[in-house]
Amino acid sequence: MNAWANIKTITKRELGAYFSSPLAYVFIVIFLLLCGFFTFMVGGFFERGEASLSSSFFLWHPWFYLFLVPAAGMRLWAEERRVGTIELLLTMPITTWQAIVGKFLASWLFLGLALLLTFPIWLTVNYLGSPDNGIILCGYIGSWLMAGAYLAVSCITSAMTRNQVVSFIVSVVLCLFLILAGFPPIIRLMEGLGHSWQWLVDAVTSFSVITHFEGFQKGILDSRDVLFFLSVIVFSLFSTSVILRGHRAG
Amino acid sequence: MIKVQNLAKFFGAKHAVDDISFAIERGEVLGFLGPNGAGKSTTMRMITGFIPPSAGTVTVGGFDIVQHPIQARRLIGYLPENAPAYTDMTVLGFLNFAAEIRGLRGAGKKKAIERVVEMCFLEAVLHQSIETLSKGYRHRTCFAQSIIHDPDVLVLDEPTDGLDPNQKHEVRQLIRRMGEKKAIIFSTHILEEVDAVCSRAIIIDRGKIVANGTPQQLRQKSEWAGAVTLRVTGITGAALSQKLGQLPTVKRAAILREEAAGVTARIFPRSEVNGLLASSIADAAQGWRIEELHTEEGRLDEVFRSITMPDTADKAPAK
Repeated sequence: MNAWANIKTITKRELGAYFSSPLAYVFIVIFLLLCGFFTFMVGGFFERGEASLSSSFFLWHPWFYLFLVPAAGMRLWAEERRVGTIELLLTMPITTWQAIVGKFLASWLFLGLALLLTFPIWLTVNYLGSPDNGIILCGYIGSWLMAGAYLAVSCITSAMTRNQVVSFIVSVVLCLFLILAGFPPIIRLMEGLGHSWQWLVDAVTSFSVITHFEGFQKGILDSRDVLFFLSVIVFSLFSTSVILRGHRAG
Repeated sequence: MIKVQNLAKFFGAKHAVDDISFAIERGEVLGFLGPNGAGKSTTMRMITGFIPPSAGTVTVGGFDIVQHPIQARRLIGYLPENAPAYTDMTVLGFLNFAAEIRGLRGAGKKKAIERVVEMCFLEAVLHQSIETLSKGYRHRTCFAQSIIHDPDVLVLDEPTDGLDPNQKHEVRQLIRRMGEKKAIIFSTHILEEVDAVCSRAIIIDRGKIVANGTPQQLRQKSEWAGAVTLRVTGITGAALSQKLGQLPTVKRAAILREEAAGVTARIFPRSEVNGLLASSIADAAQGWRIEELHTEEGRLDEVFRSITMPDTADKAPAK
């Protein structure tokens, strides 16, 4: 009831904050340039001759997000703490959870918007051939969920410090772990340990966004993958609330 | 409206606030005084629920701030220290946000915003980004935010800090006017504000309450309260001092200045003869002429110094 109204108010304010600074525009332009460059130049979209976006377009997303999502999320709490507005926000008649969710949703919607703006690539592939749009939609959903997981991690690091640069660097490192856990060279390295270590390989790779994103790229909407991203988000937001409470308790 | 009981806050081994209790009723303006670092802001942060107390309770309008934070916070308007505001927003956008998060919508919201814009003189900067505002405007914007929902309880941390004298005057008027219907607690280290605005004042030092009373009562604590300042001609300082020393009402007489215009002395009464001192001195005037004679009311700054810096109390400012 009331909770959603509060969350909506906060989300609206945060979205406004993105677009009243150059951050939003810089972010979107860079994201789109990267997508275009990697899809057509590095990913070899034309040379492949495939009516699909998975190996030319979505393949790069875990890596783009590695730098871009922490950049979008670093200010969420760090800025509030630096300017002192956190004292205003958390003494309003709202719960800390509502504030956390409201802020997270704003950034997530913003990332979703940036992702939607890649639609010319979708138009291109539809113009040139007849791809399975279900698979593409699935890829978009997966990509957005993955962005949400990165973003929630950035929320934690942003709540930890009042310095945005520190927040950015720490969350890049954490997100890098999420990627590398499923990165083929790392997996091979671990497999080199021998068969008795297979459980370790499984455990580590199950934390990887790449492993969980793969299904989406192929058009498989697996509930386990969805659950993985959602649980990373929930766990991270919960950690954020613990950190915020810790600060206030002194 | 506000009830603080045995409130304490420890940061590690440091006792920022150490077992303080007080209450504020509707219609009261409580001045919260103390040197920097005495625990004023920490106390206010606990009252508003920003930081949880280490011990003790705060209830606002009957709601415990820890058990029922949302209900309690609804009643509170809060101006934090340094008046933070979202610098990327316009003044109007910021007030809109504050109104919405307080549950105001539609016509009620519009009216609330109009009211605070008028009260805080924000008309001219309504569409300006907060980033570009001068400190005075920024301060008033944050102040406007705190009264937008017409709260029963106002917690103001240094509301006049950084304002120019005219703005200070306006804010004090505003606080006094609102104090008639609300319970207000505000911190300051400007003592004249206490006289201008407060119905009651609390002095806090190193986390403890060291004085609590009306400004009048606090002034009575001054060593100067009831002392008489006297300027006479036609007598030397030494002779005057000797004469005064013989009066039964006089505890001590200090010669402040001896010059052509006359001798100026400050005379401290024996405590039991309140009010009789000036007339007894007037009666004793023989062979010398009184140019000036008045009873001191006691001075808050001297009380403040003597309470919060006991070691240096005897070096009270000579003026």
